[in-house]
Amino acid sequence: MSSPSLRRLFGDPLNAILSLGVLLAALICLPPLIRWGLVHAVFQPDPAACEAVQGQGACWGVVAEKARFIVLGRYPADALWRPALAAGLIAGSWLVAAFGRLSGGRLAAVLALPPLVALPVLGGGFAGLEAVPTELWGGLPLTLLLTAAGMAGALPLGIAVAYGRRSKLPVLRGILTGYVELARGIPLVAALFVASFLLPLFFPDGMALDMLWRVLIAIVLFAAAYLSEIIRGGLQAVPPGQLDAAAALGFTPWQAQRHVVLPQVLGAVAPSIANSAIALFKDTSLVTIVSLYELTGSLGLALAGDAQWRPFYLEAWIFLAAIYWTGCTLLARLSRQLEHKRPDRRSDRAGH
Amino acid sequence: MTPRNTARLAQALILAAFVGLAVLLATTTAEHLAQRGIRSGFDFLLEPAGFALGESLLAFEPEDSTLRAFAAGLANTLRVALPGVALALVVGILTGFARMGDNPLVRGLASAAINAFRNVPLLLQLLAWYFILTDLLPAADAALRLGPGVYLSKSGLALPWWGEQGFETPEIAGFGIEGGARLTPEYLAMLLGLVLYSAAYIAETLRAAVEALPPGQRLAALAMGMTPRQAFLLVLLPQAWRAALPPVTSQLLNLFKNASLAVAIGYPDLVSVAGTSLNQTGRAIECLSIVIAVYLLLSLAAAALSRHLEAHSLRGSRE
Repeated sequence: MSSPSLRRLFGDPLNAILSLGVLLAALICLPPLIRWGLVHAVFQPDPAACEAVQGQGACWGVVAEKARFIVLGRYPADALWRPALAAGLIAGSWLVAAFGRLSGGRLAAVLALPPLVALPVLGGGFAGLEAVPTELWGGLPLTLLLTAAGMAGALPLGIAVAYGRRSKLPVLRGILTGYVELARGIPLVAALFVASFLLPLFFPDGMALDMLWRVLIAIVLFAAAYLSEIIRGGLQAVPPGQLDAAAALGFTPWQAQRHVVLPQVLGAVAPSIANSAIALFKDTSLVTIVSLYELTGSLGLALAGDAQWRPFYLEAWIFLAAIYWTGCTLLARLSRQLEHKRPDRRSDRAGH
Repeated sequence: MTPRNTARLAQALILAAFVGLAVLLATTTAEHLAQRGIRSGFDFLLEPAGFALGESLLAFEPEDSTLRAFAAGLANTLRVALPGVALALVVGILTGFARMGDNPLVRGLASAAINAFRNVPLLLQLLAWYFILTDLLPAADAALRLGPGVYLSKSGLALPWWGEQGFETPEIAGFGIEGGARLTPEYLAMLLGLVLYSAAYIAETLRAAVEALPPGQRLAALAMGMTPRQAFLLVLLPQAWRAALPPVTSQLLNLFKNASLAVAIGYPDLVSVAGTSLNQTGRAIECLSIVIAVYLLLSLAAAALSRHLEAHSLRGSRE
């Protein structure tokens, strides 16, 4: 018991029991898992071979067979470069944001532009690109588009609502408080049902919108309510002296908010905003409930009607979970990076 | 114009715009409803529902009223969310302890589990639990025996419970299992999914609260001769718990809202009953307003409870 790590594992009775328990569990669980996932697994998309090992080995062939459909959905097969490009643009912007050293306006532009470019790339109908109706958009591009466009729409709205709730006009405050409490009180599924069943009743006849746009409206309104609360908290944390100082320097109230208060607030709450983006990225899976086939929906679409591959749902599921996990981890890295940039945190870190 | 009058004018304009928009929406909606021949009103609540529920805590038949169907849906939501809240707290706190403990093996395991459960969408987790419970388990006649009278199979979990003949122990009989109580795969998938997802968040919240405490607290406790474990349990945890209370309550409220994902795996919760009734009657506005009203009431109740708990725990700190 001389090594410190051994002492930490077996130094007292409780730790010894816990360590033995974990080791025993690993000894029982790992060998069958390795046998299932690697030793007896089939890696080719060969249904007969997969059926032969069913129960003993994984059929990773289902991923090879169905990956294109799960990731790109029902998009026309002769134009797959378009959803691939759209997904690549948005995913690329997340990579740049997570690993690059951008901040402020440049970061906002890098994150907000790709969904705007992805929309015409997916939709087409110009410059020789065939128009593709939104019902056929699906898979990863749709998941990324809903997240990125949802955040890009919700952030300005959230800032406006946060300022509106600090207004001197009680009527405005009342209406906005009602909206925020309503949106935060109901589950997203209920909001999506409203988008699916009620919005078509609300819009005049000439303005019928596709399900995708209705869902995007619901997502933006839903996320903006949460973002407005984050920003309102940030606004409350700015010392009133900042405004006085800006006024003394000759800033108009508008300029003071734009150049002094808002940059501080957005800098301070940026990690929380990134966490909202993670939540939204996961929540986009719910749109499958109103028949938009993003990643989660296209998994069902790919396997439910296919008796040959349906038994290997779990293997395809693991592939999908890995995609979501990667996206969340990327955004979490962005959140941590934004936290490191905060001026008030820098001194803490130096002290460690 | 004085600033006060300007403010009044602005308010009047905002109010007029808001009311105008509401009237516009109402007239367009009324027009559309008339075009589609949909009557409006809540009278359908008293008519027979005409659909069956997969399972219900409240006895429910298709001839019963739609109102009773909504009540049964709400009861089903509570039936999964209330035990879910209790279990998520227990599992979350234990996982949080494991995550902060001094044993590297346990810490690594807890950290990996938290990371995995937080970074995959809950809906996807529910689909996996449902697949495992309905496709990978053996059929009822070859059920796994987990203990005396406890059987797990494709048709759910059978438990000893009070039935018509007093206390019954389930037994495999023919092609099924007889006696005792049965938890369906839909219910089990919901409970497992909600508990593990929320527990991962609660564990992480606890850890963040402990790490946010000034390091001097721990050092002072150690200097007074406490063991690291005593310092954690007697000094750090009580303080961290108070800071973690508001985010943990909001996590538990999220569990209630996430129970609405039941619609994806066919557990008849409130939202899924509303969806079914909406498809049957076309009364979208009415069905969705019931759902929204119930959830707003739940949120209000949770906010009141949270304030009560916070006031209570602050009082404790002053004594």
